[in-house]
Amino acid sequence: MSRLKERLAAKEFVVTAEIAPPKGGDATLAIEQAKKLAELTALNVTDNQGANMRMSSLALSGLLCQAGIEPILQMTCRDRNRLALQSDLLGAAAFGIENLLLLSGDHASFGDHPEARSVFDLDSVQLLQTATGLMQGVDMAGKNLSSAPLFFAGAAVSPEAEPFDLMFLKYRKKIACGAQFFQTQAVFDPECFAGFMQAASPLQVPVLAGVLLLKNARMARFLNANIPGVKVPEALVERLDQSDNPLAEGVAIAREMVAVARACCQGVHLMTLGHEDLIPEILSI
Amino acid sequence: MIISRQKNQDELKKALTGLARVFLVGCGACATVCKSGGEEEVFRMQEWLATGGIAVTGSVVIDEACHIMRAGRDLRQHRVAVDEADGILVLACGSGIQSIAISSAKQVVGGLDSLFLGNVRRIGEYEEKCSLCGECILNETAGICPVTTCAKGLLNGPCGGMAEGHCEIDDGVDCAWHLIYEKLKKQGRSAVFDRPVAPKNWSGKQKPGRHKVER
Repeated sequence: MSRLKERLAAKEFVVTAEIAPPKGGDATLAIEQAKKLAELTALNVTDNQGANMRMSSLALSGLLCQAGIEPILQMTCRDRNRLALQSDLLGAAAFGIENLLLLSGDHASFGDHPEARSVFDLDSVQLLQTATGLMQGVDMAGKNLSSAPLFFAGAAVSPEAEPFDLMFLKYRKKIACGAQFFQTQAVFDPECFAGFMQAASPLQVPVLAGVLLLKNARMARFLNANIPGVKVPEALVERLDQSDNPLAEGVAIAREMVAVARACCQGVHLMTLGHEDLIPEILSI
Repeated sequence: MIISRQKNQDELKKALTGLARVFLVGCGACATVCKSGGEEEVFRMQEWLATGGIAVTGSVVIDEACHIMRAGRDLRQHRVAVDEADGILVLACGSGIQSIAISSAKQVVGGLDSLFLGNVRRIGEYEEKCSLCGECILNETAGICPVTTCAKGLLNGPCGGMAEGHCEIDDGVDCAWHLIYEKLKKQGRSAVFDRPVAPKNWSGKQKPGRHKVER
């Protein structure tokens, strides 16, 4: 059974992190990297993140399962139609993958194949519905499955998005369609996030706050300019700018956000982008 | 209206390789409005072809080149000039180009790229609002089409890339779902936000599309 599901059900504070599949056919290094993070509850495996072509998240997630590491399989709607998404979900079940993070996906124009035709046959809400249906033993066409998969399906939310009400309408839809947990886009504004949690808590679906390690001011500015949905407040950019040790300052900022998460939600999803060695420091109280 | 633009000259030159004489066809409908294949563009094309040593045996601007029977009739009326040509250069959308191809055994060269079904903001400025998806949701989305005007065609609200009402692919593009939300709010309706919208049924969009009006 999904450790993530168990720990969230037990109201434990959960920590997840993420790894990206390699741009190549050998997953050895990625698995080594994942092993170093095995103490965390589960590891997200990204799906052609930022629309950059890499090994499939399904393959690496399957390999992680075999290595005894619990993955959260990320699946986007950008690259596959409903047949491919459903068959990959069944394939995931065959590997023993239970945790899913079902996403719409960044637009292809951001990635390394901008000439690709984006699919979006389904959106994230419909993909959640689909996974829920498969768990009930029925596919999208209403056909019975020979065996029903067991999933713990999660979704993403951008707590700092404006207008709040519009973002929250979609949050509700995702819950109505079967989202069992949420991992948020990177959050940087404690007040804003606490406000979101105040609205989200009554709905009783566990939320893991996205905490992104800022390495320096340049990176923060790059994120603001290039990464959809990420907004580093100017005050934090300045803090990084004025620090003698920007990375240490970035760790401090991440720790502050983790503290906020401990106070108002059920876990954190850490995005440390190559600095996984700093995770213990970010989590230290 | 079908929005089209002329292919660049290099590509067109390549497509015309081996043709010494061409018959020129323009379209009096969309390509005229888009300034890609009307009387004026047909005339300019003739001049440009001459500079490349390609003779024009004759030309016609068909009222609506997509009208298969009309295109055939107009070509027949210019039979002598068409017969003299090695090929037919068509300045019309993909539909128009194919009307001509259906009506003649000659090699047909398309001079335009067809871009989208467009609304006219002002002359020379066109916007895609409808993608002819075959299953219209506009009644529930305050008359704003998310299938077309959301970069991802999402049916259940904005993606995580929405920033202050803008689309993640371009700050200069409004988020369709933000527009829908604002307009529904003003109308005091919840419409599309009331329920999860089911996946689209694309079976009505099987290619090639055909439609016959029952009389």
